[in-house]
Amino acid sequence: MTSSLTGTGALAKLALRRDRIMLPAWIYVVVIGVCANAYAFSKLYKTASSRAALVASGESNPALLFLYGRLNGTSVGALTAWRYGVWGALFAALMSVFIVIRHTRADEEAGRLELIGSAAVGRQAPLVSALAVATLANVVLTVVLAVALPLIGLPATGSLALALAIGTCGLAFTGLSAVAAQLTTSARAARGLVFGVLGAAFLARAVGDSAGAGGPAWLTWVLPLGWTETLRPFGGERWWVLALPLAVFAAGTWLAFALAERRDHGAGLLPDRPGRPAASALLSGPFSLAWRLQWPALAGWAAGFAFIFAVSGAAAKGIGSLVGTSSALRDEFARLGGQSAIVNAYLSSLMLLAGLIAAAYGVSAVLRLRTEETDGRADPVLAGSVGRIRWGLSHVLVALAGTALLLAVAGVATGLGYGLRAGDTGGMVARMLGAGLAQLPAALVIVGIAAAAFGMVPRQSVAVGWTAVGLAVLINIFGQVLQISHWVLDVSPFTHAPRLPGGPVSASPVFWLSLVALGLAAVGMATLRRRDIG
Amino acid sequence: MANAIEASGLRKHFGPTRALDGLDLTVRAGEVHAFLGPNGAGKTTTIRVLLGLLRKDGGDVALLGGDPWRDATTLHRRLAYVPGDVTLWPGLTGGEIIDLLARLRGGAADPKRRQDLIERFDLDPAKKARAYSKGNRQKVALIAALASDAELLVLDEPTSGLDPLMEANFRDCVNAERRDGRTVLLSSHILAEAEALADRVTIIRAGRTVETGTLAGMRHLTRTTVDAELDGPVSLDGLPGVHDAVVDGARLRCEVDNAALTEVLRRLSAVGVRTLTCRPPTLEELFLRHYSERPVATVQS
Repeated sequence: MTSSLTGTGALAKLALRRDRIMLPAWIYVVVIGVCANAYAFSKLYKTASSRAALVASGESNPALLFLYGRLNGTSVGALTAWRYGVWGALFAALMSVFIVIRHTRADEEAGRLELIGSAAVGRQAPLVSALAVATLANVVLTVVLAVALPLIGLPATGSLALALAIGTCGLAFTGLSAVAAQLTTSARAARGLVFGVLGAAFLARAVGDSAGAGGPAWLTWVLPLGWTETLRPFGGERWWVLALPLAVFAAGTWLAFALAERRDHGAGLLPDRPGRPAASALLSGPFSLAWRLQWPALAGWAAGFAFIFAVSGAAAKGIGSLVGTSSALRDEFARLGGQSAIVNAYLSSLMLLAGLIAAAYGVSAVLRLRTEETDGRADPVLAGSVGRIRWGLSHVLVALAGTALLLAVAGVATGLGYGLRAGDTGGMVARMLGAGLAQLPAALVIVGIAAAAFGMVPRQSVAVGWTAVGLAVLINIFGQVLQISHWVLDVSPFTHAPRLPGGPVSASPVFWLSLVALGLAAVGMATLRRRDIG
Repeated sequence: MANAIEASGLRKHFGPTRALDGLDLTVRAGEVHAFLGPNGAGKTTTIRVLLGLLRKDGGDVALLGGDPWRDATTLHRRLAYVPGDVTLWPGLTGGEIIDLLARLRGGAADPKRRQDLIERFDLDPAKKARAYSKGNRQKVALIAALASDAELLVLDEPTSGLDPLMEANFRDCVNAERRDGRTVLLSSHILAEAEALADRVTIIRAGRTVETGTLAGMRHLTRTTVDAELDGPVSLDGLPGVHDAVVDGARLRCEVDNAALTEVLRRLSAVGVRTLTCRPPTLEELFLRHYSERPVATVQS
């Protein structure tokens, strides 16, 4: 082993130690997502004819092609690969970005690599160990998927192809992240760079898939995410396609090492732009500071919401015919209010999803307080003439406004997406805006729990906040499928939010949920006033 | 009001760890007061109590005549603080942070003073904070504090990241603050800094004050280091007030209580003195003695 690699093993062990919860969680989410879908398809669409009908309606719906990609057959395996192939690959890519950047540029930016670099550790060891951990994670993911899918009853060959499609996409983004980590000086910018490539990859294959005959179908071939489709798992596998992501991985790794050899510690290749030498009049207190720190993230979330919900809203037009092909699903929707209510049920489910994701945003915005506190940046603010409550409220208000904004964006985007295809755009936008905002009080209860935890149990606030989000997702997304007791269902605030459009509107749950959210935030601020900082 | 800071019997514990265990600290208005102790002695904890970031568990504390916990917001208009470990918002520039900190105190930095200090400390205010070294981050916090009109400056190890040139700059600035009648509390474990700057000194260890006063007053309590080359061997055995004597042939090195100096010198001149050095202990030696002689009262539960 050459001296520039000394210490790689120790660093990889350290990285695995730091990621011992995050890594299994990522792998678990992808595996469960794929397997649950495969299982659901095998139960809901038992007969070949019902699947053929589903495929026929799926292929004629551009929005679904946009979201999930092209279908490569009518088997349960092909449907699984269609519904979760691209998305599984997307998750594997995200996992790889987080792992690689976290152990390279983020550590370098924080100064931790400097400490490590001064020990008997080779110059390239941190990069090698980060790549090794990310590769290991993708290999484990591939193996687990390749073993788990046949257990559900899918053919082994197709399962292996789907597992490899997802795992190699993760590897491709491992290589790309390693390059990005050399280019920028901040971890945030490095992640942003790879997310940009990921977004472009999604759009390229989405446009290629949904443009129809005569459209630019070649776009599906350009970037990694599309390769999960062109490999055709369960639909006559083209194994040579696997060479494409592996080539990206190899090229990215090679380029990252070449760049790392040439640059200084802490430096990037893309220059940091200079900023203002003095603060503008707008940056004047804790509230403008909180806004300044949080708006870039909020803008990203809002753009993501606008895109996802516009596409999902547009998909609602074809949802009736899609559901019509499965008798089990038809029964399910009939139970919810008859055939005519299918679109409403779909739209209201979308709004529930928006509420849950917006709550996750709100929790992350409130927990920024905790990061500011533990990183020592709360001290200079509180050592100024700023009271505890004013400081606390500065970020809580950003969380509140951001959550409301995201739900409004989700409503308007869904309304636009659906209205432009189904007609009555203006009316749909107004209806869906109301439906989105109806989720706000429930989302704010979750945000309020994070705020209360920050005041009362600061050390546990991150765990408490995310557990609240996780429980709400578990109860409201999987609760009915798992047929859990309504006592448990009632625990989640989202159970009490109006189910719009289509459901009854009543002021009292909105009022009570708002009151609970307000009370939780007040408890958080009151306890923040009485405790130690740091 | 004579005292800017008055703390007595200050206690603070974190779980089973007693961080402050009856600490006393008095800082007179208009003086530069050095607050000395090794790492973990409780300097930063004391400062965080004074800033109202931590709540004291016992004892009395007054800051600028007020209660640092209850009156934090109003008192903070009159003080400026430089943390020991300066972390800044990575996406903001140094210039933005200097202005922001001034505005958070409820004032605005005097533009001329701000510009002077930026030039003096050689800071690029247009750089994002993530690109700053530790020293440059410290400069940002220092410039913000020095450019303010605060009557009390609380500086927690303010020079730990500065190079010698900037450290000299910093000393000039602190001396200028003293002339302007401002009070400075300067925590440090760099003893030369305290020797060069401080009017009075408080030394703490394990959360307790072990010594407070002027440096001159402390030397009075302590010993003189004697190095001598003699014409022949000398015996100081049994002489009270002589410590750590090392006799190596005709060479002698020892520490002498000031009260015993006369007797020691008489014995040396009886043998015959070739060279003789007597010097007051440096603060380092004072310091070492406080941590080596009296065993630390156990800090654990």
